Amino acid sequence: MMLRPPVRVIPRLDVKGQNLVKGIHLEGLRVLGDPSYYALRYAGEGADELLFMDAVASLYGRNSLLDVVEKTARNVFIPLTVGGGIRTLDDISKALKAGADKVAINTAAVNDPKFVSQAAERFGSSTIVIHIDAKKTKSGGWNVWTENGREPTHLQVEPWAQQVAKLGCGEILVTSIDSEGTMAGYDRDLLSVVADKVAVPVIACGGANAPHAIADVAHGIDISAVCVASILHYRLAADLERQGYAFGASGEFKVIAEKRDFSRVTPTTIADIKQALHERGVVVRSTQTQMEAHDGK
Amino acid sequence: MNGVLLCVQLKHKWKRMMENKRVAIIDYGVGNLFSVAQACSHVGLVPEITSNPDTVKTADAVILPGVGAFGFAMAQLQALGMVDAITSVASAGKPLVGICLGFQLLFEASEEMGRTPGLGLLPGIVRPLRDAVEGIGYDQTVRIPNVAWLPVAPPQRMANQAAWSSTLLNGVAEGAEMYFVHSYFVDAALHPVSVAEVAYYGFRYCCAVSSANVFGCQFHPEKSGESGLQIYRNLARKIDFI
Repeated sequence: MMLRPPVRVIPRLDVKGQNLVKGIHLEGLRVLGDPSYYALRYAGEGADELLFMDAVASLYGRNSLLDVVEKTARNVFIPLTVGGGIRTLDDISKALKAGADKVAINTAAVNDPKFVSQAAERFGSSTIVIHIDAKKTKSGGWNVWTENGREPTHLQVEPWAQQVAKLGCGEILVTSIDSEGTMAGYDRDLLSVVADKVAVPVIACGGANAPHAIADVAHGIDISAVCVASILHYRLAADLERQGYAFGASGEFKVIAEKRDFSRVTPTTIADIKQALHERGVVVRSTQTQMEAHDGK
Repeated sequence: MNGVLLCVQLKHKWKRMMENKRVAIIDYGVGNLFSVAQACSHVGLVPEITSNPDTVKTADAVILPGVGAFGFAMAQLQALGMVDAITSVASAGKPLVGICLGFQLLFEASEEMGRTPGLGLLPGIVRPLRDAVEGIGYDQTVRIPNVAWLPVAPPQRMANQAAWSSTLLNGVAEGAEMYFVHSYFVDAALHPVSVAEVAYYGFRYCCAVSSANVFGCQFHPEKSGESGLQIYRNLARKIDFI
């Protein structure tokens, strides 16, 4: 593991309509405010990449997320990945035109595995991230779920991960539905199994809790990136709350503005996570700006 | 009164300057061109995403971006009549910047899918990164593509280690981390055109070249934060001096 490349820290932004939302087990969405605000803050605080997920597109065939991506890509010069509702090659083109560098595909790949190889051939492997939403089965394995964690399939996670790697995807994003939004820690067994079976980068997602626990997982398992949502979002949401931000303005959703919602969360920054990774011996990209004056030497 | 006059003059001068910074971004159907254009705008360049060879020939600088398959990209460039346009930009002495796949296309050929000839502007062959990294024999899973922020540094074995600051890397700290995402690499580490190297699982290879007006980098400067934007700033300055 000594020569392992730096592990990336990727804030995940689930977007519904014009709002950043966060649920538990991908359900019970709560509104956290303007996703562009969060994206800008995270980029400034040393995020290595941003992952935008359209929380509903896969269900209703809408794609308003691209407006948020385009707005972000005007000011943020780090990699952006977009997922949720990507069903056709044309959808991928549109996402790239809006400033995305990569797309994350789940349902469309399960429905038609050939779509993975077609997409990889057309846009390059490195553009295609396969997103696996995994849920534990009674027999101790994991099944693949689609439609943002709403529809079970009979696919088992391990052979599916091997299949999509063979079909030419560039990365595999593994979300544990059981852990998602619980802040109870990543599913180590799930991540180990996938990381052992494929030789493409694997991104851990679902359940990120405390920085030292994230670092333990990244130290013990050969994952290439960690996705983090709740523990980062709730710190910024608390900031917004202090500034008097009207979380309830959109009406449609439950509101997180009550303090008790934040109380379980230790406010965490990207720098905290990177520091913990560093202390655990996991190499990370530094969060400090690299612009030392170097002219003429 | 004089102040107003000065303002008007400055405005005209600024307008002329801006008009002189037209950067053609070659669109051949792949990759995130939006971010390349945004990075250009961010540093005061005027980007134009184009599939028209004439627009490329008349631009003040040209960026050849791209992500995806080498063979498909060359076929697209040929179909658009873009190969001659790029060659003429290179020989006219205007800044030509290749990024990621666009960087690889500057070289002689790629071993991706047999052997596909490239633009041949620079010496070097594009080879699979996995074979090269596994070839050095460390016992660990090598994850390909290389998707990572990695520090870039001057070549170890080159006589022209000092070349760094005379290229578009000027002002970028040695060891600055840049964002890489690729499965093939340019085997040109020993050529004098190599001005920066990177290591992936201990395997070192060329990640930036500079030869007269041609610059190329494997990493994505438009996705590498402030360090990457410095390369675009340098491009803007370079156009001033032409």
